[in-house]
Amino acid sequence: MNTPLRRTAIAAIVLFAALFVNVNYVQFVQADSLRDNRHNRRVQLDRYAEERGEILAGDKRIVTNIETKSRYRFQRQYPSGPLYAHITGYNSLYYGRTGIEDEYDDVLAGEDESLFASRVSDFITGREPQGAAVRLTIRDSVQRVAAKELGDRRGAVVAIDPKSGAILAMVSTPTFDPQPITSLDQRKAAAGFDKAKDTPGNALVSKATADTAPPGSIFKVITAAAYLDKERKKPSDRIASPHRLDLPLTTNVLRNFGDSTCGGDNVTIEKALEVSCNTAFANMGLAVGPEALREQAERFGFNEPFDDFPLRTVRSVFPAGIDEPQTAYASIGQHDVRVTPLQMAMVAAAIGNSGVVMEPRVVDAVIGEDLQPIRGASPEVDRLKEQPAVTPEIAGMLTQMMETAVRTGSGQKAQIQGVRVAGKTGTAQNAAGKPPHAWFIGFAPADNPSVAICVFVEGGDAGGSTEATGGRVAAPIAKAVMEAALK
Amino acid sequence: MSAIAARLFGPPTRRRVELRLILLAVVISMAAYAALNLAQDAHLSTGLVGYGGSLAALFIAAHLAVRWLAPAADPLLLPLAALLNGLGLVVVRRIDYAYQERAEDAAQNAPQQLIWTAVAVVVFVGVLIAVRDHRALDRYRYTFMVVGLVLLLLPALPGIGRTINGARLWVRVGPMTVQPSEIAKLALIVFFASYLVAKREVLSLATRRILGLHLPRARDLGPVLLAWLASLAVLVRGKDLGTSLLFFGVFLVMLYISTERTSWLLIGVLLFASGAVVAYRLFGHVRVRFQTWIDPFADPQGDGFQLLQSLFGLATGGLLGTGLGRGRPAEVPYSRTDFIFSAIGEELGLVGVAAVLLIYLFIVARGMRTALGVRDEFGKLLAAGLSFSLALQVFVVVGGVTRLIPLTGLTLPFLSYGGSSLVANYALIALLLRISDSGRTPTAGPVTPAARSDDMTGEMTAIVSRGGVR
Repeated sequence: MNTPLRRTAIAAIVLFAALFVNVNYVQFVQADSLRDNRHNRRVQLDRYAEERGEILAGDKRIVTNIETKSRYRFQRQYPSGPLYAHITGYNSLYYGRTGIEDEYDDVLAGEDESLFASRVSDFITGREPQGAAVRLTIRDSVQRVAAKELGDRRGAVVAIDPKSGAILAMVSTPTFDPQPITSLDQRKAAAGFDKAKDTPGNALVSKATADTAPPGSIFKVITAAAYLDKERKKPSDRIASPHRLDLPLTTNVLRNFGDSTCGGDNVTIEKALEVSCNTAFANMGLAVGPEALREQAERFGFNEPFDDFPLRTVRSVFPAGIDEPQTAYASIGQHDVRVTPLQMAMVAAAIGNSGVVMEPRVVDAVIGEDLQPIRGASPEVDRLKEQPAVTPEIAGMLTQMMETAVRTGSGQKAQIQGVRVAGKTGTAQNAAGKPPHAWFIGFAPADNPSVAICVFVEGGDAGGSTEATGGRVAAPIAKAVMEAALK
Repeated sequence: MSAIAARLFGPPTRRRVELRLILLAVVISMAAYAALNLAQDAHLSTGLVGYGGSLAALFIAAHLAVRWLAPAADPLLLPLAALLNGLGLVVVRRIDYAYQERAEDAAQNAPQQLIWTAVAVVVFVGVLIAVRDHRALDRYRYTFMVVGLVLLLLPALPGIGRTINGARLWVRVGPMTVQPSEIAKLALIVFFASYLVAKREVLSLATRRILGLHLPRARDLGPVLLAWLASLAVLVRGKDLGTSLLFFGVFLVMLYISTERTSWLLIGVLLFASGAVVAYRLFGHVRVRFQTWIDPFADPQGDGFQLLQSLFGLATGGLLGTGLGRGRPAEVPYSRTDFIFSAIGEELGLVGVAAVLLIYLFIVARGMRTALGVRDEFGKLLAAGLSFSLALQVFVVVGGVTRLIPLTGLTLPFLSYGGSSLVANYALIALLLRISDSGRTPTAGPVTPAARSDDMTGEMTAIVSRGGVR
């Protein structure tokens, strides 16, 4: 009986060897991939066990934490509700992360390399570890005015400090409340997420950065810049401004808005911008050609991805290889020209900043518990280092013309008592039969701006009027937001 | 009186080794308890003294009983079991804490388990007293069969049977639920050993030789088929894959040992395979278990949940573990019982589970050594059956929670929370000690100097060097 006994003993050893090899496989070979698996709740539990860094707008704490009794110790709080939703994003157990919560996750969770020193000191002193806070460039007062002025209308407002590129306000409507999505209760989170997802108008996507629309007449400042530069013109030089412009190669006729005249068939460039004369700008575009227009747009930042910007941002597009009729339409911001409000705010800011385009910044600094910056977020840099978008002279000319447009032209509703405002309105044809988009870009004070702005109202106003011009709908919003920023 | 005193206090060196190892087991368990204490409360609690004291008292009592009742028995079996038991208590206590933290379940299972340990030690001593010679068990062959089958089928009876976690394995006795299959396991192994020794001549009779195999006569297939059917009955009625596999596997191995016929193993494996295929076709729960094993990520929140949580726990532990009290064992369902191995893997790491596996392997090796050492065939087969049942049970449980084989529900001997399992496994150790004592008593001639040595190395060498002698 001893031979089979020994064989059985060997069989038992083989069974144990198999177990041993297998635990090595699970706990050593596969360990990393299993540990980081998204179904492994330990990762989330560990994160929720520590206090996540707050997000501040200036001094105001816009994302905070409260301690709960559940096994997820900290619950994220968004006391401002929907106001900052597209900037901060959300940090949800069930729906992942978006916005600053995602892009600065390492910092907020205290895992970033730059926080190593503070981690070590926490360990030594026995202090509870905590993530670092992120301070935004947003000014809460400006943000609130922007949201209030947009109200129920769909659209976006972006206000920038032209000199630093710091974004002072960035609002997109419709918006959503990140609070329920971050609920630790899966059903509440699902309800919050579904509500945001099902809001008409794509509430989860920021119209300020992540969606494009045709710019219409606000693009004329770029056409004007190209024309003044290439043809060496001055605002007082004249340009053919017929009532209607027969386009080459086609039977199409380009008309002015409302089929109006431009106050003469040969107006000054300044006048053309003041009354937003389509035929005059089509002629300017045809004069410089599509390549020069595209080059000018690209010097403002078109066709360039926003790789360093922390929020999901699409690039604005000026198409290549277009023919003459298309060039005529592109000159007035139609055809396939598509922009984000952020890009157009940068155009206004660059003109106010002597032609220098600053890299947009939404994060001011990463700050520690002592409120001292651990590191500045993105430095203030010239977005296109090699050359400014326009020369200081042309920037001055554009500023002068935009001031006139606000003082006596289409942008009068953007006037601010005692402040020189430069601006340009836009009304962009949308799809046939749909109300056009209303736009406004501008900056103030015109001679030494501290704020540049872009206002976008999708499909005009809610009043049902098809004559939603940028001047009537967008300019008053811009005025209120710039006023708040100038305070 | 003096004879008893001499047996109690006379110094057989094997017993001295046992005592030292038991004290070592208590010290290791207390160290684990202290580590848990420090992780939970940042200071040592007075519970440490109570815990260490209780363990020391219980295990020393067991040791004295062995001294008295089985003085020549193997000195490693009891300390190894005690070490697993002590560690299991700490881990169960740790999981109590984990559930408390989640504020979901304030049950305190560790104190209950300590009481069960006391009961188990009483049963352990009781078995040593009642079974003065293991050969006496041979006489109650059919009593054990009836007891085993009744216990096995008891949970299936309406009224007293209880279904817990989908398996009908429990029986209600007053305020407690007991898992009679653990005790049935012992009774049936005794029966198998007795029956197979009696019938080994018939069963090893080969009549036909086909393809180099000695095939038994068709009518001798009866017992195998019976065991197979009983296993299937457990599977079908109790939905208990683990127990079914364990019984059939142990029976098969004992059949092989007694007959020395490989053909029995092949027939058994074929029967098992066909049973498995039929079960896969017929029963949803078997299919689910199998598919979950193949791809646990197919339904990570549903069918795959338990297994995935177990794997995540093990992976989180990695090489060295998170440290006792610093992991999240409550994330794994049933971490006090079937999945306790994952909790150990998470907090003590690969190093910890390797140690646990080694302890089991030592127990199995000492059991097999006992089988080789004893002279009577019944003792050999019984010791081998008991040892192999332990090995197979560990394999089925650990293999299941680490995804080596499909997951089945069984407890991990000495570690898992649960009284029936603990009591049955202490009884198993008592039986092994009884058999090894009889194998070592002087009638076998003088014990070699190596085995007399206090030195552990000498003891280990003895296993190896004398392995082939008897």
